[in-house]
Amino acid sequence: MAITPNPYKTTGALGWIDDRFPLTKMWKEHLSEYYAPKNFNFWYFFGSLALLVLVNQLLTGIFLTMHYKPGAETAFDSVEYIMRDVPWGNVIRYMHSTGASAFFVVVFLHMFRGLMYGSYQKPRELIWVFGALIFLVLMAEAFCGYVLPWGNMSYWGAAVIINLFGTIPFIGPDLVVWIQGDFVPSDATLNRLFSIHVIALPFVLVGLVVAHILALHEVGSNNPDGVEIKKNKDPATGIPKDGIPFHPYYTVKDMVGVAGFLILFCAVIFFMPDGGGYFLEAPNFTPASQTNTPEHITPAWYFGTYYAMLRATPSFAGTQIWGVIVMGAAVVILFFVPWLDKSKVKSIRYKGMLSKVALAVFAVNFVILNYYGLQPPSATVQLISQVGTIIYFAFFLLMPWYSANEKTKPVPDRVTE
Amino acid sequence: MSNEGVDGNRRRFLTAATSVFGAAGAAAVAWPFLASLKPSARARALGAPVIADISTLEPGMRATYLWRGQPIWIVRRTPEMLASLEKVAGQLVDPDSTTPQQPAYITDKSRALKPEFMVMKGVCTHLGCSPILRADHPAPEIDTNWQGGFFCPCHGSKFDLAGRVYKGVPAPTNIVVPPHRYDGDTVVVIGEDPKTA
Amino acid sequence: MNLLMNQTLTRLARAAVVAAGALVANLAGANAGAELLHFSADSGNTASVQRGARNFMAYCSGCHSLKYLRYNRLGEDLGIPDDVLKKNLMFTSDKLGDQIKVAMPAASEQWFGRVPPDLSLETRARGANWVYTYLLSFYLDESRPLGVNNTVLAGASMPHVLWELQGWQKKAEHKAEGEHGDHHGGSAFEKVTDGSLKPAEYEAFVADLVNFLDYASEPGKQARIALGLKVMLYLFGLLVLTYLLKKEFWRDVH
Repeated sequence: MAITPNPYKTTGALGWIDDRFPLTKMWKEHLSEYYAPKNFNFWYFFGSLALLVLVNQLLTGIFLTMHYKPGAETAFDSVEYIMRDVPWGNVIRYMHSTGASAFFVVVFLHMFRGLMYGSYQKPRELIWVFGALIFLVLMAEAFCGYVLPWGNMSYWGAAVIINLFGTIPFIGPDLVVWIQGDFVPSDATLNRLFSIHVIALPFVLVGLVVAHILALHEVGSNNPDGVEIKKNKDPATGIPKDGIPFHPYYTVKDMVGVAGFLILFCAVIFFMPDGGGYFLEAPNFTPASQTNTPEHITPAWYFGTYYAMLRATPSFAGTQIWGVIVMGAAVVILFFVPWLDKSKVKSIRYKGMLSKVALAVFAVNFVILNYYGLQPPSATVQLISQVGTIIYFAFFLLMPWYSANEKTKPVPDRVTE
Repeated sequence: MSNEGVDGNRRRFLTAATSVFGAAGAAAVAWPFLASLKPSARARALGAPVIADISTLEPGMRATYLWRGQPIWIVRRTPEMLASLEKVAGQLVDPDSTTPQQPAYITDKSRALKPEFMVMKGVCTHLGCSPILRADHPAPEIDTNWQGGFFCPCHGSKFDLAGRVYKGVPAPTNIVVPPHRYDGDTVVVIGEDPKTA
Repeated sequence: MNLLMNQTLTRLARAAVVAAGALVANLAGANAGAELLHFSADSGNTASVQRGARNFMAYCSGCHSLKYLRYNRLGEDLGIPDDVLKKNLMFTSDKLGDQIKVAMPAASEQWFGRVPPDLSLETRARGANWVYTYLLSFYLDESRPLGVNNTVLAGASMPHVLWELQGWQKKAEHKAEGEHGDHHGGSAFEKVTDGSLKPAEYEAFVADLVNFLDYASEPGKQARIALGLKVMLYLFGLLVLTYLLKKEFWRDVH
């Protein structure tokens, strides 16, 4: 049977492949002929950096899995075995532990970029929704990974988080036992979290990342001006006038971002892998103990904001579930952002004063909540967290109002320099 | 977009320089990952030299030790056993042990530091089975001129009492002699070379 | 409804003030609990770590293991030859690849009421400051079974093993508990009897021990830092190259 020659007129080995597999097609669609707006700024580094960190996590994770032994009796020892006996084990482990924190730093900044420039607005709603799903899965993945060293913080962190499910009326207590596979977090719990961490969630994560990028390349990238570059095409070539091929222009630009990022990333790995006690917590250098809770139990730093909301919510009508609901809602509400923003313009550059203030307050509030989520509980912390929680939700819930009722600036036809 | 005023040479140079520099970095990153697969400190500790006390080993008998997870045999050869080595020399692939299947400091024809004590790996050089000691002879079912030796049950390889391989069997080379040294007269340290004076 | 609004507003206002104040206070590093002396451990000071290793083996290893540290790793990292290692530091094992374990852990549980903890990760779990202060803070206390207590870990089951070196001290009378004092030289205490070491010598002795424990908590630390410097050098080179490359390509973009 004759083969239809590929339209790219490639020959030789590449031609042979192109006749059977869309290699050149994919290269062109996603890199050399994917036209991105030429006015990307600093904030646009974080997408490619998130991808880099994902690759780092997968690679180091594969090698750590070769030496790590899940199991209540073996996990802690095997981590120290990696740190001391495995050649280069400490560096690989620090790459992974620092990578977890870096993932959240990069993703938070990436999400902030999206909020700033309205990257979720029509027609990019699905990109945002896939992104929010990635964030959700990332949180689950990070939680599971956090438990694996089976230090004392791992153990009690697992106990606290799993017990959140215990607040569900009627089935809660039984559900907790079912999740743990035991009456407390134990060997069985550790093994299932390991399976989820290294098999189930990475699959989902990679799949969602592919969907995220495919959706992006289907509709094209937004930019700091929120201008649709596809509206202004060169009539002769059909190429957007403000677009430049991703490769080589953004590949070389992103490489600068990668080099800059790696300087910070490696500085942490080599000079302060503990991250001041935030990336690797001191109590986690003590093996899990079922009788001794660490004096000051906190979640990993990147959960601080959501943990603050959990603690801020008082129990009511005899149940603790409200805190869990508030915390869950804080993540779920992200999914609705594309439909909460009623503004005629995308970018913060052309939105009114209300939106600008709201976003600034939201960002500062997010950092403050994160900080207080990690402090020991007190009346002060409680009060600040409660106010912070209200501000967090107000930003989203009031968005349909303030985004629609403000004076926006006119958006230019073409991107600005 | 335009290509006016583009210095193609500079661009080519920078592309090449960055590629080479980046590739060197990538190769350097690959090294820790590959090196992490080498035996760990624990594996090396478990593979540490083994002390074998042979003072109670009777003539003609064999003792088995475990070094790096492999059986190590020490056979106390009787004068008759040593004499048998000459009798089978003609049937062997490498009677003079020219292939370096033993440390360089083992030069004696009997393939031992002290001819009386044969130290060898209990591993067939064909596919890694552990041969059986057949000191009894004659044993026509093995060989018409059998003088005692090792017979591998997996594929029928035959070795003499110095671990030298017979012609016409699957195993290609003599059995390996591990590094070892004597600490005094009756203690063998398996896995360590003799201390050079 | 009005009341609720009012309450909420008051709360909001109060919270804003409190938040600002608390943020400052927290960032200033106010820290509850026992006051710790400041000690920045330096596992790169090989001479000190070597002394600390010798002293650990002499004074501590009878009860405390370093179960993740191997003798030969210690020798390799600190430049101690095998025979010296075997003669001077290895009391419970003669295998160089063995980890540093205790001879009779069960017996010590009978003596002290609990198994003395493994110290492999002590400086990472508690901090070098803590260990340093702890070893300087034993004082006479007749209410305790062994007649000795510790300001850092009240009710510690460990006896003051180093008393012959430090001598005995008691809590200073004029110092109220938890008062912020100048702790340098252990001034929260009053000397009762002198030890064989002068106070400054004893502090140096403890410093050596803590440096050694810092080394033991991550033997690869110094190599990691040394490698880090090379990595930084490389990455700055990469940054320059990629920046020039980006500049060159982006001359096309107008």
